Amino acid sequence: MKREAGFIPKDGWNAFLASLAKRFNLYVPCREGETILFQPYHAESVICLDRPAASAPKGVIFPQSETLFSFELKKKAEDPRKVDVELKSEGAPQDTAIVALRPCDARGFSILDPVYMDVDPYYRSRREKTTIITLACPNPYPGCFCTSVESSPADKSGSDVLVTELDNGYFLEAVTEKGRTILDDNAIQDGAGYKEEAEGRQKAAHDRVKKAFSGGKKVKISQERLLSDEFWEETTAKCLSCGACTYLCPTCYCFNITDEQTVNRGERIRSWDSCMFPHFTLETSGHNPRTKKAQRFKQRVGHKFVYYPEQYGDLGCSGCGRCIRFCPISMEISKVVAKLSEEGEGSTKDAAEGARS
Amino acid sequence: MIENPYIPDLATINEIIVETPTIKTFRVTLNDPSRMEAFRFEPGQVGQLSVFGVGEATFVINSPPTRRDFLQFSVMKAGEVTTAIHELAVGDQLGVRAPLGNYFPYESMKGKKIVFIGGGIGLAPLRTLILFMLDNRADYGPITIIYGARTHNDYCYKEELKEWGERKDVELILTVDAGSPGAPIREGFVPTVLNEVAPKPEETIAITCGPPIMIKFVLQNLVKLGFGEKEIITTLEARMKCGIGLCGRCNIGSHFICKDGPVFSLAQLNSWNYEI
Repeated sequence: MKREAGFIPKDGWNAFLASLAKRFNLYVPCREGETILFQPYHAESVICLDRPAASAPKGVIFPQSETLFSFELKKKAEDPRKVDVELKSEGAPQDTAIVALRPCDARGFSILDPVYMDVDPYYRSRREKTTIITLACPNPYPGCFCTSVESSPADKSGSDVLVTELDNGYFLEAVTEKGRTILDDNAIQDGAGYKEEAEGRQKAAHDRVKKAFSGGKKVKISQERLLSDEFWEETTAKCLSCGACTYLCPTCYCFNITDEQTVNRGERIRSWDSCMFPHFTLETSGHNPRTKKAQRFKQRVGHKFVYYPEQYGDLGCSGCGRCIRFCPISMEISKVVAKLSEEGEGSTKDAAEGARS
Repeated sequence: MIENPYIPDLATINEIIVETPTIKTFRVTLNDPSRMEAFRFEPGQVGQLSVFGVGEATFVINSPPTRRDFLQFSVMKAGEVTTAIHELAVGDQLGVRAPLGNYFPYESMKGKKIVFIGGGIGLAPLRTLILFMLDNRADYGPITIIYGARTHNDYCYKEELKEWGERKDVELILTVDAGSPGAPIREGFVPTVLNEVAPKPEETIAITCGPPIMIKFVLQNLVKLGFGEKEIITTLEARMKCGIGLCGRCNIGSHFICKDGPVFSLAQLNSWNYEI
């Protein structure tokens, strides 16, 4: 029977990563100056586990920019004014693993899954080839609100293995079959005896996360406030439409498709895009259904807390708090949602002012 | 393995019809004869046309499923992709991703009187359904078509307009915005002409497409004429990239124009608080 729980002593962690790197294209959180970013692992990687990465590792499975297919234009022998087009698909992805992402980022993948798995072969093939080895969050960071969106610092959704840091080492818990394969390694000790210590750690971390709204049940958005132009105009008065929130988000998935071409060959490319940008919905005719930043921010919040739940059940936000930490005007989505919720107090106008302050 | 929805079929342009100074109609066939043979769609569904190296844009399949020798798309020259399509000649290659989206609920229209209200290039999706109904003529009641363009030169499908005008089972009412009316063409904006014609709402379905501002007032006027919001059907446009409900541009709340539409009833739009 495959092992469900494992233990790696502190001094065995680097060897564990090195052994993973032999089997996988491995991504780890690395220090780049003051910033933590997910980077391909190498022996000299400066791995940082003590605070969350600045951006989600979403791009490992859903790259910021990727080729959908390439095309070649060939002049026809019989009529050089005409060209034949030849389309070429991309190769299959390699085995990949992401290590030490936080549960909010792993949950991000479980939020993308129902949208992409059944229709998007690029997402699906990378997702299937990627093993997610998550590090339970030891401490909340400013802006974190995972426990308000039905998640927690030890949320297993989206993960294959959940790792909890202990005094003397790391407790590994298999979540999926892929995860059990990771634990099936002679260098990993049996971890059954460490379960209790890990659960104590997880619970302590859970209790330290600040509640932003709702007492654990799914937040209900007031339809009246969602539809109030005044609410959104007040809320977004300072928004710069910079799009930072969407690029750092583990669950944003809007994209653009563009062609790039040299003389006789080119590629069709998919790139992340942002619903915060005014030209995102601009039509060729000049018509634009979301000219105002109030309409655009309503779309972002509405998508995560109303439209996505209508389609897929869960909330479309994992509470990572990056859009709060990195917003240049200190917009706090958790406050906006608290004001939008049916439990929010006061009039819609008061709510808007509260969300902005 | 799931089919890759982003990879277009290659298609060849067989015929180009110049409709107006800014609109051309392209008749294409898929290069793979078995794909062309197996191609099935419903009236009102759309497709993405690609010019490789320039990009993709969305157009309605403008020929009805009852006529399957070619797929027809009418393209108004407006932006980069449409300009590139306009520069193509017979024999040139296009990419086609189709069919996408939903279609006109023609089953529920059987036995009813039908009023089409179109403006400009907005006749393109209506034409698909008009031809489909004319090809299944016995299934439908009297058909009225109100069609407006800016000027005489801006009418699409002039041959068919002539034919529909001569048919006894079709009432065709043409109008130009201003300036150059001439018998039997009226003068006036489409929503105003709709009020003048004042079709009776009983046992009647109204279907409209045109510029957003025209649709907005046509919907209002149809309600004033007594049409129920379930009997008013429109087909919408939006900026689209993927055509399969992912890229995030064309949503109305949790509904996507590309995937759940482009055909909606006014009842649906009202229930989603959508204003054109």
